[in-house]
Amino acid sequence: MNVAVLIKQTPDTAELPKVTVAEAESGELQATMVINPWDEFAVEEAIDLSDRFGCETVAISLGREGEIDALKHALAMGVDSAVHVDEAVIDGGDEWATAGALAAAVKKVGDGEEVEIVLAGKMSVDGNSGVIYAGVACKLGWDLLVNVTRIVDIVDGKLIAEQAFEGGQETVEVPLPVVISVAKEINEPRYPSFMGIRKASRATIPSLGRDDLEIDSSCTTRWTDLNKPEPEDVQVRIFEGANVEEKAAQLADALMAEKVI
Amino acid sequence: MASTDELLYTEEHNLVRKMAYDFTRNEVMPIIAEHDRKHTFPFELLPKMAQLGFLGICLPARYGGAGMDFLSLGIVSEALEYGDSSVRETVAVHLALHALPIFQWGTEEQKETFLPGLASGDHIACFGLTEPGAGSDVASLQSRAVRQGEEYVLTGEKMWITLADVADRFLVFAKTQPGQGARGISAFILERGWQGLTTGTLEGKMGVRASNTGWINMQDVRVPACHRLGEEGEGFKIAMSCLDNARFGVAAGSVGIIRACIDESVKYALQRRTFGKPIAEHQLVQQMIAHMQQDLDIGELLVWKAGTLKNQGVRNSRETSMAKWFCTEAARRAADNAVQVHGAYGYSDEYNVERHLRNTKSAVIYEGTSQIHTLMQAAYTLGMREDRPLRCPMPAYDPDTWQ
Repeated sequence: MNVAVLIKQTPDTAELPKVTVAEAESGELQATMVINPWDEFAVEEAIDLSDRFGCETVAISLGREGEIDALKHALAMGVDSAVHVDEAVIDGGDEWATAGALAAAVKKVGDGEEVEIVLAGKMSVDGNSGVIYAGVACKLGWDLLVNVTRIVDIVDGKLIAEQAFEGGQETVEVPLPVVISVAKEINEPRYPSFMGIRKASRATIPSLGRDDLEIDSSCTTRWTDLNKPEPEDVQVRIFEGANVEEKAAQLADALMAEKVI
Repeated sequence: MASTDELLYTEEHNLVRKMAYDFTRNEVMPIIAEHDRKHTFPFELLPKMAQLGFLGICLPARYGGAGMDFLSLGIVSEALEYGDSSVRETVAVHLALHALPIFQWGTEEQKETFLPGLASGDHIACFGLTEPGAGSDVASLQSRAVRQGEEYVLTGEKMWITLADVADRFLVFAKTQPGQGARGISAFILERGWQGLTTGTLEGKMGVRASNTGWINMQDVRVPACHRLGEEGEGFKIAMSCLDNARFGVAAGSVGIIRACIDESVKYALQRRTFGKPIAEHQLVQQMIAHMQQDLDIGELLVWKAGTLKNQGVRNSRETSMAKWFCTEAARRAADNAVQVHGAYGYSDEYNVERHLRNTKSAVIYEGTSQIHTLMQAAYTLGMREDRPLRCPMPAYDPDTWQ
């Protein structure tokens, strides 16, 4: 049983506000690029599954040519191997096309021993679509679990997991293969080890192109306009009062007046 | 335009940089201001740093280390001091002033005995050179070591010792031949719990308040002869070589402070508005930020040069002294300017820059005052100082045998 983990290279969250519309349109970002923070939880879970069940792990990332820093980070954390998918294969396509390319890559890396679990973060900090993993499940024809907070066990070809939903949590059982998006509650991502860093820095990461993958790069949506929201003008109000109760009462009145509560 | 990281460092180094800065931002920065405020040591960071391999980063794997090079030590030092000087000091003292001297000067038996426990963090170590009456003037130290059979009996007091009250291993220097000045000094490895060895904490420091600084008292402490590091009378050379290691970390850490001051000042200057515009648009604020960047660029290059020489096994006392001297003074200037950019807010501990300013004052004093480094550099340039080959030079970094 192999585990594939889907990761994306995104701007450092501290530098996201600096990204300009022109950079976003051209894809030539000046920001420091790192592994999407949500995907670190998926990488950690893949390594944990490897430790628990002895499976092989592979990180897959779709990006521009040479965009492999996030994959190197995953290798340094401890995944066994990494594969890059050249973004050119989707020809500027949308999330649906991206999902198709990633699904094709999952099939491709499973040529030897089949991939039975695909892990992904819940969204990316730049695109924020949160639908890629659903598209991958659809393209592969696999079951999908979302917002998983714990993978309890894998027994007799079935995976038991806990997933959170608004107002509660449930334990579910699904047959393999399955695509899973993980919530941040699932684990605490480890820091790369020095041994992992050495391995990652020496690794040659194969890149899959149009000739390697069977995909339909057609897309249904395209950006027609891109705008950066104006920064919000935040007003600060400090409540004066003789004691905490008095200040709290003023705060409650103000929140009700603003229809917040 | 390529950054210094891309030009001078390998992909491996850049992965180390990201990991170490992530550690600082996630583990150090959320807790360190409160420790500084309360003058408490962040014990909770020790097992985390040990687990990541920081405590033995540039020791060969065969001694339990991470097998990384000296540039990696510099990168980790920079990242840790980006958060706070105290955390970087822990690595500097434990590794550069205790473990590395054993790696450089110790017998094979001493390396195998002492280094694995230090690299794993099972033991925490410090360095006892300075005395109440002997700082820069090392040759005047008063501690005595008298040989009695297969033991030495040590008596004396050490002062301003980082980690004195935290460590359980002590590298101390004492005179075995009192009449011979610097040539009469020997080095010894002591262990907490030995009779006559006591330690305490010094209070009231201006900066590095989240570090432990204290004293070591030795009253007839009996030390097995196998705990002597190097030959009798080699203590001064060992101490000076230790400083070559530690000063490198101090220099690299100071680069981290400058970077922190720039990041915080830029963020503040772009937000804070006076006279109808962000203060970043006022030319005298720009001047301060430009000077910080100038110092950062120079400091990075000096640290890289010293680290590269260390990797090559080339004697680097002059280059390391220059890096320490320049970078600590530059960090003090940067922190001073950062407080100025922040105005009254910078004077409060609501922002980190006042802590950096207090911390940087200690760095221009310890590991050789700026005045000592000034004299050293003058002596090198005037041909009045020459570094003679050591009996035990620090080995060059060799990835094949260190990993």
